[in-house]
Amino acid sequence: MLIRSHKKIPSSEITPRWVWEDRRHFLAYSSVGLLGLASGAVWGVSPPDTRGARIPGLLKGQFSSGELPTPYEDVTRYNNFVEFGADKRDPALRAGSLRTRPWTLRVEGECEKPGDIGIEDILSGFTQEERIYRLRCVEAWAMVIPWVGFPLGDLLKRFGPTAKAKYVAFETLQDPEQMPGQRRASLRWPYVEGLRIDEAMHPLTLIATGLYGEELPNQNGAPLRLVVPWKYGFKSIKSIVSIRFTQNQPATTWNRLQPEEYGFYANVNPDVEHPRWSQRYHRMIGEGWLSRKRKTELFNGYTDEVGGLYSGMDLKRFY
Amino acid sequence: MPGARAVEDRVIVWLKAAVFLVGLSPGLWLFWLGWRDELGANPVEALSRGTGEWTLRLLLATLAVSPMRRLTGWTVLLRYRRMLGLFAFFYACLHVLTYVVLDQWFDETAMLDDIVKRPYLTAGMTAFLLLVPLAATSTRGMMLRLGRRWRALHRLIYPAAMLGVVHFLWQAKIDTTEALVYALLLALLLAMRLPWLISPVLAGGCPPTRPERTHQSVSAIRSP
Repeated sequence: MLIRSHKKIPSSEITPRWVWEDRRHFLAYSSVGLLGLASGAVWGVSPPDTRGARIPGLLKGQFSSGELPTPYEDVTRYNNFVEFGADKRDPALRAGSLRTRPWTLRVEGECEKPGDIGIEDILSGFTQEERIYRLRCVEAWAMVIPWVGFPLGDLLKRFGPTAKAKYVAFETLQDPEQMPGQRRASLRWPYVEGLRIDEAMHPLTLIATGLYGEELPNQNGAPLRLVVPWKYGFKSIKSIVSIRFTQNQPATTWNRLQPEEYGFYANVNPDVEHPRWSQRYHRMIGEGWLSRKRKTELFNGYTDEVGGLYSGMDLKRFY
Repeated sequence: MPGARAVEDRVIVWLKAAVFLVGLSPGLWLFWLGWRDELGANPVEALSRGTGEWTLRLLLATLAVSPMRRLTGWTVLLRYRRMLGLFAFFYACLHVLTYVVLDQWFDETAMLDDIVKRPYLTAGMTAFLLLVPLAATSTRGMMLRLGRRWRALHRLIYPAAMLGVVHFLWQAKIDTTEALVYALLLALLLAMRLPWLISPVLAGGCPPTRPERTHQSVSAIRSP
């Protein structure tokens, strides 16, 4: 007997296998999401485990702070990464959609040997070391993070910047498929940042590829993230796809949005207040309920290392 | 029919208990999360945000009572307004306490400097100060003592709510969605009080279906 086939189910209506296999979580997440919509909070959800692979053979780098690092859970669950949402819990929950392999960095502009370099060549081509740095956010909170990475200057030198290279401009990936926050025009995408060439070549300036001895979690800016410890955190651009040597000062994302609140230099400075709040004190993340705020130091305490870069400059004007 | 009246009163009391529990639950939830250290990496910020948001939500709920009564004709709604208003004040107190104790640790120089200099804090603190006399005169005794002036005084909830929403809007860095939703709701609730919008509703909509109870408090707290 011939059995006539039923109407074919279009593939778009078939529940994806991962949703089916993970249906309990899916249901839990959706219902919590609904609750969250109602209350404006999603405290109940724990973010997926995103621990990266251990990076072997790490050297202890210079400049490391002797302070106790902020707990791993806080470093990886309290993030400003607007590409994955405006709430600080969003990146840990949503950055799973970012694909960090393959990854290519384009280096171009005022240099002798512009070109593309793949993530594998970067990871094998530069000596990774651990550097424990303070991170001071412009929102008056701070962390101590054991980064893994290498000096940005080492990378830049390979491309032979010319005498015309006065600044370095950085760009984050732009792909709303992978970065759902980019579907909203909350900022102008892609995120762009910049440094003066001497700031970029300074040995403190790091390209981070990991933290806590492990590969960088996506929410912290995998696979390549800038770390400039004497500047406010927003200068430390994440998930970099492009570096360009320029003659003129490049545009930077937050400065473009609110020039009177966020300057190009954005050096940590307790005497230059943000128009809406004081920068004199900051709260250390991970110290809990009853901790007191701490005094913020000029250049986030790195004056001995970087103070010379700004001698004779009016830091109130060039904030 | 005294029996029906008694049943009705009991229902009102039970509903009051329910509204009380609903009003208290966000506070209990925040307390529970804090107790278990589950407020995230920055508990002080989470607590400040939570108490601030619930202040605004309850202020909006308080302001929704009169328009709702007008639309539905349910005078009984007025019985819950004081409790909602006092809960808004309760969360406002927790919000200010979070700032004074946990955030600033009683550093009065820093706080004064902040409140004078930062417009969002000036707005927020003004809103809180406007709520204080409203909470203080919320008792039946004060209503009777103040008479007509009570109604005039309690119009302060309008500027307080406006300043509260402005405070929330001005502290936002990029995501202003929630603040804008509150602003929109507030604008709607205030617009529903404009006389030329009210009169057609009253004329066509809902004539009183039963005689109003001649409770002293109900007639005294009739909305402006």
